[in-house]
Amino acid sequence: MIFNALRDALGLIAAADGALFQIIWLSLKVSASATLLAALIGMPLGAWVALTTSRLRTILIVFLNACMGLPPVVIGLLIYLLLSRSGPLGALGWLFTPKAMIVAQTVLITPIIAALTRQVIEDAHAEYKDWFASLGLSVWATVRTLLVDARFSLVTALLAGFGRAVAEVGAVMIVGGNINGFTRVMTTAISLETSKGDLALALALGFILVSMVFALNAVAHAIKRYAARRYG
Amino acid sequence: MKRLATLALAAALSLSAFAQDKFITLASTTSTDQSGLFGHLLPQFQKASGIAVRVIALGTGQALDAARRGDADVVFVHDKAAEEKFVAEGFGLERQEVMFNDFVVIGPSDDAAKAIGNDINAALRAIYASKAPFVSRGDKSGTHAAELRYWKAAGVDPASEKQSWYREVGQGMGPALNTAAAMNAYILADRGTWLAFKNRQNLAIAVEGDKQLFNQYGVILLNPAKHAHVKKTEGQAFIDWIVSPAGQAAIASFKVNGQALFFPNATKR
Amino acid sequence: MADDMATLLTLQNASVTIQGKALVEAISLRVGSGEFVCMLGANGAGKSTLLRLAHGLIAPTHGACARVPIAEQAMLFQRPALLKRSAEENVRFSLAARDVPYAEQVARTDEALAACGLSALATRYARSLSGGEQQRLALACAWALRPRVLFADEPTASLDLNAVHAVEAVLRALHAQGTTIVMTTHSLAQAKRLAQRIVFLHQGRVTDDASAALFFAGERSPSASHFFEGERL
Repeated sequence: MIFNALRDALGLIAAADGALFQIIWLSLKVSASATLLAALIGMPLGAWVALTTSRLRTILIVFLNACMGLPPVVIGLLIYLLLSRSGPLGALGWLFTPKAMIVAQTVLITPIIAALTRQVIEDAHAEYKDWFASLGLSVWATVRTLLVDARFSLVTALLAGFGRAVAEVGAVMIVGGNINGFTRVMTTAISLETSKGDLALALALGFILVSMVFALNAVAHAIKRYAARRYG
Repeated sequence: MKRLATLALAAALSLSAFAQDKFITLASTTSTDQSGLFGHLLPQFQKASGIAVRVIALGTGQALDAARRGDADVVFVHDKAAEEKFVAEGFGLERQEVMFNDFVVIGPSDDAAKAIGNDINAALRAIYASKAPFVSRGDKSGTHAAELRYWKAAGVDPASEKQSWYREVGQGMGPALNTAAAMNAYILADRGTWLAFKNRQNLAIAVEGDKQLFNQYGVILLNPAKHAHVKKTEGQAFIDWIVSPAGQAAIASFKVNGQALFFPNATKR
Repeated sequence: MADDMATLLTLQNASVTIQGKALVEAISLRVGSGEFVCMLGANGAGKSTLLRLAHGLIAPTHGACARVPIAEQAMLFQRPALLKRSAEENVRFSLAARDVPYAEQVARTDEALAACGLSALATRYARSLSGGEQQRLALACAWALRPRVLFADEPTASLDLNAVHAVEAVLRALHAQGTTIVMTTHSLAQAKRLAQRIVFLHQGRVTDDASAALFFAGERSPSASHFFEGERL
């Protein structure tokens, strides 16, 4: 059955199936948007936690690490309650639209990006700490310099966040509703086809998704190697 | 605080790729959705009215709950008692009948319980007596509610007795059928989902044709008095269309493998 | 505050104690403009701690410390930390950190790189340079800042002989321009080559503080002599 699924997957792609491409494109759009937002929030947050001398630091690090393990389905439920018409932000009308999916995935991956950024910045800072102190570099300039200097490690952190987002189903299923042609993404489509008993199609979609994730990891690895060779 | 920032940013980066055409949100059941009916019906409605319909597929109970929360404009489910309660509570304006389909009992082709026939009461009693494995939806869906009614009519109650051969999976029709196929068990299903279901393994129709297996669908518009944002005009347009001759004909023309799944029966007004 | 323009650093009975352990104790020291001071001592004697205290990277737990503003100082570390950029970008970075305007940054970068013999390597990525070249680059970063005093923490400890001499040459050139140099080293030979004044540390205390000539002529404390013999071996 697995070989048939692989063949079906290639067939679907070759047929340039419009519905399939829409699903793939929506998956990429939602997860990429979430990654961008998570980076805007998570990277400065992670950098701040890395550099702060506040006594909250240890608590924050533990908290961030714990949040990395939040189950997507729980996040989905919480965002659902927030965005439901009966909920506090119901007036936005975002429930069952891609916007809600982006919100949920942003909440899901911001801890990952923040925690990875913290680690990267902390390691980088340890290296440069004395020199920066000697130069009298301001905190803001330190953050900026470290973020740029650690750019390759940070890009791989972003790819890690994106990979997690594009592969999850619990959150987007609940807040998106898996609406045909509107909020259906790869993972929810696979879930649907499986529940309909169309395992072949589900497997075919699964192959496509896994290939995307593999390609992503290959890119992340290539970036790391390039950086190591170039910059040492 | 972080959430506010997230939402503010999301609003600021407002992705305009997502269309602003007219649309309604329809809460319906997984079995209806998975039968393929909506894929056949809704494009016709959109062509006639210009209104897109976004279908959220849940169990009947969950669909009505989502509607109670105001997260849908119209509900389209198949549990008369629950629907009438919904209207009585004031969440819905009025219930109108749209179509019916029927339930069938699916079972292993070797029929160990000797349930095959067209008498649902006899079949269920036979399954109960032989303790053959039986999969129940167990999820407050219309199908689940119907199943419980049939057990009651047959005079036995495996659910409360917590019989070990009676397996409640708490899932939609498709996953429940998957489970039944894997366990070689009996299961009550709607004909539509069964016809579209591909993972049959050893299962086949065991019981059909009993008048009690008749499954009525109703459509209800949400009451704007409860939720002011409800799209009353567009929602009513959908209801008017689906009970109209055009909508009813569209339902009748939906066929899987040459067989019609749903039979329109809206009352003429 | 410095007593007069000629005093760049004054330590009065300063100590640094961490977790009950005194790393340096009862240090009283004065460094004047134009000096070339080498701090000697065995490993763990407290040379690094004293240097960092002098530069202002750590504060004394007891005693007083007065020094010129950090903007007039620079420091060189044993292992240079360089950004993942080109050599000249690193120098410009250190100038930018001190708020030097861009046009001036370019001119001073060229000057500093030339002084350190790195003009040909200006556009090379800093981390791809050899150990000695990287240390000279760190020196160039310091040179460009035109500090009144340069602190250097065992700057040639991890370099081969050729690189050592190259770095020493730059240090001498910097000193010739008027910069005061305070460096630590565990190499007697290097101290002899470079220093005008020796400060010897033994177990966190200063046991000798004399001109290099006198120190190497034999006027030193027992601990220093002990160190001397140890090195000779």
